[in-house]
Amino acid sequence: MTGRLRMRVVVRETGFYLGVLVVIAIALFPFYWILRTSLESDGQVAAGVGGKNGLLPSHLTLSSYVNDFTQQHFLTPLVNSIVVALATTFVTIIVATLAGYALARLNIRGAGAILGFVLLAGFFPVLAMIGPLFLLLKDLGMLNSIYPLIVIYLVYTLPISTWLLRNFFAQIPRELEEAALVDGATRLQALVKVVAPVAVPGVFTAAILSFILAWNDFAFAVSFLETPSHFTAPLSIVTFGQSQFQVFYNRIDAAVVIISVPIAALVLILQRRIVSGLTAGSFR
Amino acid sequence: MATVSLEGVSKTYPNGVRAVSGLDLEIADGEFMVLVGPSGCGKTTALRMVAGLEEISEGTIRVGDRVVNELSPRERDVAMVFQNYALYPHMTVAENIGFALRLAKMPKGEVRSKVEEAAAILGLTEHLDRKPSQLSGGQRQRVAMGRAIVREPAVFLMDEPLSNLDAKLRVQMRTEIARIQRRVNVATIYVTHDQTEAMTMGDRVAVLSAGTLQQCDVPQSLYDRPANLFVAAFIGSPAMNLYEGILSDGADSVRLGEQCLSLPPGLTSLEAWRGSPVVVGVRPENLHDAAGQGEPAPGRALEGDVELVEALGSERLVHFRLEASRLHGVGVAGGAGSERDAADLGRGELGAAAASVGVARVEPTSSIRGGERARFAVDVERLHLFDPSSGQAIGRH
Amino acid sequence: MSGQAIAPAAASEAAPTGGGGGTARRARRSSRRAADRRLGYALVAPAVILLLAITGFPLVYNLWNSFHYVNLSYANVPQHFVGLSNYTRMFTSSSWLASLERTLAFTAVSAVFDTAVALGLALMLHRRFPGRGLLRAAILIPWAVPTVVSAMLWQTMFDPRAGFVDYFLGIVHPSWGSLTWAGASVLRSWVVVFIADAWKNVPFVAIILLAGLQVIPTEVYEAAKIDGATAWQSFRRMTLPLLKPAIMVALVFRTLQAFFVFDVIYIMTGGGPGTSTETLSFLNYQTFITNTDFGYGGAMSIVLIVMALVIAGVYVRVLRPEL
Ligand SMILES: Nc1ncnc2c1ncn2[C@@H]1O[C@H](COP(=O)(O)OP(=O)(O)OP(=O)(O)O)[C@@H](O)[C@H]1O
Ligand SMILES: [Mg+2]
Repeated sequence: MTGRLRMRVVVRETGFYLGVLVVIAIALFPFYWILRTSLESDGQVAAGVGGKNGLLPSHLTLSSYVNDFTQQHFLTPLVNSIVVALATTFVTIIVATLAGYALARLNIRGAGAILGFVLLAGFFPVLAMIGPLFLLLKDLGMLNSIYPLIVIYLVYTLPISTWLLRNFFAQIPRELEEAALVDGATRLQALVKVVAPVAVPGVFTAAILSFILAWNDFAFAVSFLETPSHFTAPLSIVTFGQSQFQVFYNRIDAAVVIISVPIAALVLILQRRIVSGLTAGSFR
Repeated sequence: MATVSLEGVSKTYPNGVRAVSGLDLEIADGEFMVLVGPSGCGKTTALRMVAGLEEISEGTIRVGDRVVNELSPRERDVAMVFQNYALYPHMTVAENIGFALRLAKMPKGEVRSKVEEAAAILGLTEHLDRKPSQLSGGQRQRVAMGRAIVREPAVFLMDEPLSNLDAKLRVQMRTEIARIQRRVNVATIYVTHDQTEAMTMGDRVAVLSAGTLQQCDVPQSLYDRPANLFVAAFIGSPAMNLYEGILSDGADSVRLGEQCLSLPPGLTSLEAWRGSPVVVGVRPENLHDAAGQGEPAPGRALEGDVELVEALGSERLVHFRLEASRLHGVGVAGGAGSERDAADLGRGELGAAAASVGVARVEPTSSIRGGERARFAVDVERLHLFDPSSGQAIGRH
Repeated sequence: MSGQAIAPAAASEAAPTGGGGGTARRARRSSRRAADRRLGYALVAPAVILLLAITGFPLVYNLWNSFHYVNLSYANVPQHFVGLSNYTRMFTSSSWLASLERTLAFTAVSAVFDTAVALGLALMLHRRFPGRGLLRAAILIPWAVPTVVSAMLWQTMFDPRAGFVDYFLGIVHPSWGSLTWAGASVLRSWVVVFIADAWKNVPFVAIILLAGLQVIPTEVYEAAKIDGATAWQSFRRMTLPLLKPAIMVALVFRTLQAFFVFDVIYIMTGGGPGTSTETLSFLNYQTFITNTDFGYGGAMSIVLIVMALVIAGVYVRVLRPEL
């Protein structure tokens, strides 16, 4: 009896860990595969580098990475993406922190409606925005510029950041702020010296999230940007394979590795904080 | 250094709840005033109005001779210890304690010496560089105290500062807070729902129920001469036994069911209740095992059926049943039933049951046993009488 | 700006001595409250104004365009009012109707499948076990990388000459070793798109569900266990009902996301083979950017927004009690 029971537990546990392994494999193996492909030479790729050639790269060369930067000038789009994503994140954090605090704390009338609108704006279909924005940017002579994207990307980042920070502020005990007031702080001092420092983890999560979302964009970039020197990194990668008769996956994948590594590293280091930041207070 | 006075202070929340109504209170300079009452009676609200965290609907609050109604907390010169301490989690103990001083732009060196002085008083010197999360509950409590005393404010406000501590620590901190308060000698309002804390710590105790002040006096007077049924039931543990009785025509005795207790001479102004129902209160400690003391004089004893005897070591609590009506609904601290107005309690809530329970506090040597009939000697000088309709104490000496 | 909003009120709070002056006091009190509220509005204003501008402007402009002829390719034809003709053209267009059908089918399959998979992942993540950090990171990384990465990565994986999938399937069954994927058959193109899209988007749905799981008190499970429930029974009778709000949010979130699918389509199939993987968003892109037809595109956008609103309305409805 107990033997059967133990047997069942063993089976269940084995099944669980097998499932975990499968999930990890599906999530990460493709990354290994592009890393392997990116380390092959052009010649190898032309000859075929599919699965039957083994799991290890046959040639180990950095030529595709070199090629990406020398021939494809990948550095410029990379810098463009970094500039836009950082700038959007910066604006998002300031705007969303203020709004999140006010919505959580200042008892403004219609706070629920405002929050509803902010959330709703996050679900505005992106492809329904590009027509009017295209015309506007054309009139302003700002097509093919990355700077308008800084503002436009707020539609990705602001709603979720505001929501996240509002929940975060709502969780900070009110007494903390009141204690500061009694200790002689003004409203603003209490916000800056007590509430803000305590909110740092929440702000941090919102910042990472904003960066990821801004870094992710493809639709706006492909609609508005025209010349490769103004491309963002994701857009640039797509054009890598296009002009060639033969698709050199090693070059594409090298670029994919380049834009994935910083994000993957960020996530690896901060995974716990990201998950707890995203899950905390979203269903209370 | 100042007095605090509340005149007719009321608070109605936007949702219509009237949390405090017409509160009059004077706290002298250096006095330790305890605000006590059951949960939801408006203690926190009253305190927060003094702190400036809650707007005052009606009335006037003064600190010293300044009306502070319209002043923001930082202009009131008050310090507050919150129930959950509200320590700033991102600051060390030293930074927590010195925060107010730094806000006031005090020079750094001076801040440090004041913080160290406060830490020494509170025994926090070794912990000054720790964050609140690395402290025990009692230590956190002391940091919260330190944050208050370092300011040398005009008023101390404390909202149930001990309720998050375990029983033993609570007793220890109780005396510590009283000691520190005496030392800094600042007018203090201390909120608690624990009547033991109130009695042991307060210079004076203000009993609040449903937003109204019931009585404000020194602890011994509250115990000896409760002004109404609510205070009588609230102060003292185990609570006072309250029964419905009939005052004799001569106003010299009171009948409880078939038994009779004579009243001491000299009770005044009982005329209105002659031959009518009154509420009789007798504290458990004023009932003694008659077996030990020789036969009590007639009119100075009560008989009851013992249901249960609890031996506490230093004393025994005898739970008994009496053929009289016990006053129902006068719960003590914390019970939902106790949130009602004392006057309401008195009005027509006398129990219907003919036999009613009571508690006596007797010597540990007493041989009273459960299931027997026991006879108690009553200190009739210490009986309390109340008007059943208004709940007010009557027949005072 | 916020400092200024509150400073005058604080400055005017000089202590009045003596008890009188009821009306003056009331005026001052209400002005303090008003200052507080003004501070609140000042703080939310930037967020609201920015979002209103970014979404409101396209909405209004699209609406106007949708009733006009606006086409940059024919610059000599002036803009003019055309009534509902853009809309009638759309509702009778076989390519629009076909892409609507495709989009709805893709959305339904994605929403159901991805949410189900995400629920499994969330349950795994919710459990404490050695290696949970690794699992968490492994699940987060696909979500964190850009869509272009997931598209390119699966493009590589499915490529017959550079990929791994064919080889892997060949091991499972010899005849599966030489299937041609993207660009060849309609169904297989959809499979590739679906996998790349799911791989990228399931993780976030899993996190939404994990948030829901985390608020279920463990006592509930303990009580169920004491009542004799098996693991499956406690999942079926405790977890699922208590997780319902989170599941609803996840479903609608994922529904909208799939409904707007564009990036993967553009990158992996370009709408092909033929027009067989064109979705509503993709068609909208083509109409705006390739054909520069902003009148017709505007009508498409308006209809897309209305459909989104219907779904989002449900979303807000579901979320409201949590606000
Ligand atoms: N912000 C508020 N809005 C509306 N009603 C409130 C608010 N705060 C308190 N109340 C109500 O006012 C009454 C008094 O509350 P208060 O917090 O002062 O009680 P208390 O005596 O401190 O109780 P406790 O011992 O439980 O802390 C209660 O009925 C409470 O529900
Ligand atoms: Mg309270």
